[in-house]
Amino acid sequence: MRFRYTKRGHLRFTSHRDLARVFERALRRAGVPVAYSEGYSPHPRISWAGAAPTGVASEAEYAEMQLAREVPLATLHEELRSTLPAGMDIAEVVPAGTGSLPDRLEASTWRVEVEGIDFSELRRAVELLRASESVEVERMTKKGRRTLDARAALVDIRLHGASTSGVGPDAESVSGASDVPRVDDCPDRVQRYGIIVMVVRHATPVVRPDDVLKALRVVADLPTPEVARATRLEQGRLDDGGTIVDPLAPDRAAAGTR
Amino acid sequence: MESVYDRLEPLLSQVSKPVQYIGGELNSSVKDWDEATVRWCLMYPDAYEVGLPNQGVMILYEILNEQPGVLAERTYSVWPDLEELMREHGIPQFTVDAHRPVGAFDVLGVSFATELGYTNLLTALDLAGIPLHARDRTDEHPIVLAGGHAAFNPEPVAEFVDAVVLGDGEQAVLEITELIRAFKEEGTPGGRAELLARLAAQGVYVPGFYDVHYREDGHIEEVVPNHPSAPHRVFKRTTMDLDEWPYPKQPLVPTAESVHERMSVEIFRGCTRGCRFCQAGMITRPVRERSNRGITEMVQRGLESTGFEEVGLLSLSSADHSEIGEITKGLADRYEGSNTGLSLPSTRVDAFNVDLANELSRNGRRSGLTFAPEGGSERIRRVINKMVSEEDLIRTVSTAFSSGWRQVKLYFMCGLPTETDEDVLQIAAMAKEVIRAGREVSGRKDIRCTISIGGFVPKPHTPFQWASQAHPDTVDERMRKLRKEITSDRRLGRSIGVRYHDGKPSLIEGLLSRGDRRVGHVIERVWRSGGRFDGWNEHFSFDRWVSAAAEVLPPLGVDLDWFTTRERSEDEILPWDHLDSGLDKEWLWTDWQDALAAREQDDCRWTPCFDCGVCPTMGTDIEVGPSDRPLLPITPVNSGTPVRNTAFESAGGAD
Repeated sequence: MRFRYTKRGHLRFTSHRDLARVFERALRRAGVPVAYSEGYSPHPRISWAGAAPTGVASEAEYAEMQLAREVPLATLHEELRSTLPAGMDIAEVVPAGTGSLPDRLEASTWRVEVEGIDFSELRRAVELLRASESVEVERMTKKGRRTLDARAALVDIRLHGASTSGVGPDAESVSGASDVPRVDDCPDRVQRYGIIVMVVRHATPVVRPDDVLKALRVVADLPTPEVARATRLEQGRLDDGGTIVDPLAPDRAAAGTR
Repeated sequence: MESVYDRLEPLLSQVSKPVQYIGGELNSSVKDWDEATVRWCLMYPDAYEVGLPNQGVMILYEILNEQPGVLAERTYSVWPDLEELMREHGIPQFTVDAHRPVGAFDVLGVSFATELGYTNLLTALDLAGIPLHARDRTDEHPIVLAGGHAAFNPEPVAEFVDAVVLGDGEQAVLEITELIRAFKEEGTPGGRAELLARLAAQGVYVPGFYDVHYREDGHIEEVVPNHPSAPHRVFKRTTMDLDEWPYPKQPLVPTAESVHERMSVEIFRGCTRGCRFCQAGMITRPVRERSNRGITEMVQRGLESTGFEEVGLLSLSSADHSEIGEITKGLADRYEGSNTGLSLPSTRVDAFNVDLANELSRNGRRSGLTFAPEGGSERIRRVINKMVSEEDLIRTVSTAFSSGWRQVKLYFMCGLPTETDEDVLQIAAMAKEVIRAGREVSGRKDIRCTISIGGFVPKPHTPFQWASQAHPDTVDERMRKLRKEITSDRRLGRSIGVRYHDGKPSLIEGLLSRGDRRVGHVIERVWRSGGRFDGWNEHFSFDRWVSAAAEVLPPLGVDLDWFTTRERSEDEILPWDHLDSGLDKEWLWTDWQDALAAREQDDCRWTPCFDCGVCPTMGTDIEVGPSDRPLLPITPVNSGTPVRNTAFESAGGAD
């Protein structure tokens, strides 16, 4: 079976390994008959298709799991939902169809809340970045300093104000809890606040939302934002119009025709 | 009480492993602040990954939170990267549960498993806005309460803590809670001083109620109470009948990676094997076993509530449980096919056998095997009273190698009293013999033996409390010779790994273990010059400790050597003599003399009482099986997980 899951609230600070462990333990508590690998040290057969980096939230993470025997997926979904911690929610479960799931994850839509930079400055930066062809940024990796082109992977980038609707889940539900201050409570913060929505192609090396933020700083000489909260809104194939296609759609269609 | 999370969150993306600061662990709890009358903050003064699995904190956390009107949260040491940001942004030391400021609680309970956490206590106090010195605190500040094994000599931190509980905490925390509740309900008459007086009257050690007088030569003249509520001696607490205290019932499951990722059940407390270096074995007497029924119930409930893949049966020497065979077989039967591993983290070589080996390896995962002969030669093992023979060891590792294990780890100590180079070189002989025997029984060349060697630190309340600690140079020199002895054997040496860190941290641990109140000045000096996380090699600075000791101690007539490498005499008043672990000081001295004569001492579980003094002083008794309580009925779960969920048992099929 394949599933989409979320990473919200405090769980944004977990690494992928942390989250995988959380999930495996939930499987055991819920008594899910998951298939195990053979060998000296058996592991549950779960393939994680990519993963949002530490510090970043997501509404659209994907994985595939093999069961030891068939069980009703609705039951599985229900049992896991009641066992997983707040913030990690199984949004959808479908029977696995043919074709590779990771291959369908070509690009992501990211939503980044930025605080501490004037909205007008942000707007100028976004426009400059859109107009650029290539913007190189540096990132520290385990192998040392690495340079990558943040503009090349960028399919689209737009800026919205605090009151703008239609940019995915609102700040509260994305961040999971009341621990996020509501910007519209303090008018002076609204002016120094913006929501950036961008579509980024998955490339090697991978370009992360913070790389794009760095690119904005490079092109417009912006200061470092006080807060920058990124959330992945969707993942999937890019169609010709630059929109992202639900990666579970083929599985869903196949299950429907069975 | 307001959460600091909003202010903390933006900083988390700037620090390493932010997950350790977010809380929300499975089985953690956040209670309403205003509905609680007594609020505890429990601290393990080390990094989250080490502190979270600590059983002591977990037990007290659950016991306290079960009480109506009582709230307990946890805090751990923050790494220097976050400490710096917290100072810059004015964020106080916080709990991970509800991110409340530590300074707002009634009690800050700190569990000291090791003395190397003392500087971390100071960081936490300072970040919490609590004055470092107990005497500077007011009614606004929490009572800083120390516990744990290191608290059996709390004198080096006497200036920094308000009160100390010796021994088991289960009942003590509830009594202290009741005392504080009553005190608050009366309207806190007399303030902090009165509260401390009430605690002292109830047998809690309040260091400020005792004066220590020193002689000209630096020795302690006397330790005398200066307050009417303070008793002359303070006794340790002992929790009897572990079955009545099945904690943790729902162990905390960290979201972050921690040092022990398993469901731990303490199968007994205390140990009377009588190893003379072992403070834990001396201060936790007598032996109190949990029944096999109690153990299996805790395991099942724990696995259901955690999802852990490994069960650890903990104690100071797990294979010594009188029903260990039954327990391990019962658990292995029950969890057959459920991918649940079973481990005995502390196993004596003479208590290990084929049956045990088989039960431990039945359910897939085979955890590593570790044994601790502690001493290389028969003679030194008599000195330390670790009576395992080389034959026992070879028989045991042969069993392990023929049962499929490929690697064993052996623990030793270096720098033991009366030790010579020859005693240490015997470790090499032993390791080679292990490899030889292992290759023979397994018929394979790929078996390994890792020997891990620690510097010996004499501890209070043990027969070695009078011993001279070996100088790091001596220990390092012996280690060099040992390494050479191993690597010079081309045939066997390459199958032997040696793990040893230099002897310097041990000397500082020795200073802190057997220090008195004057050592507190050294701790403070080290902390002020940047000392943090002294249990971590990458943070520990020997030079910082040595120079702080050299500045602070000589004006007081003592020095680093005086506290560490100096042998004490029988009539010397030791800094912890007024703190009673139940052990008779005369018996300890006799045992020390026996050690010097390499005379062994039996275990009172199997031979007559040898008058260590604990049971009569504390009114306790040995509690060992048979418990006559049957195991949980064995119904193998056999579904890949240890939990049977009926929702999945109806006729299958994808919908």
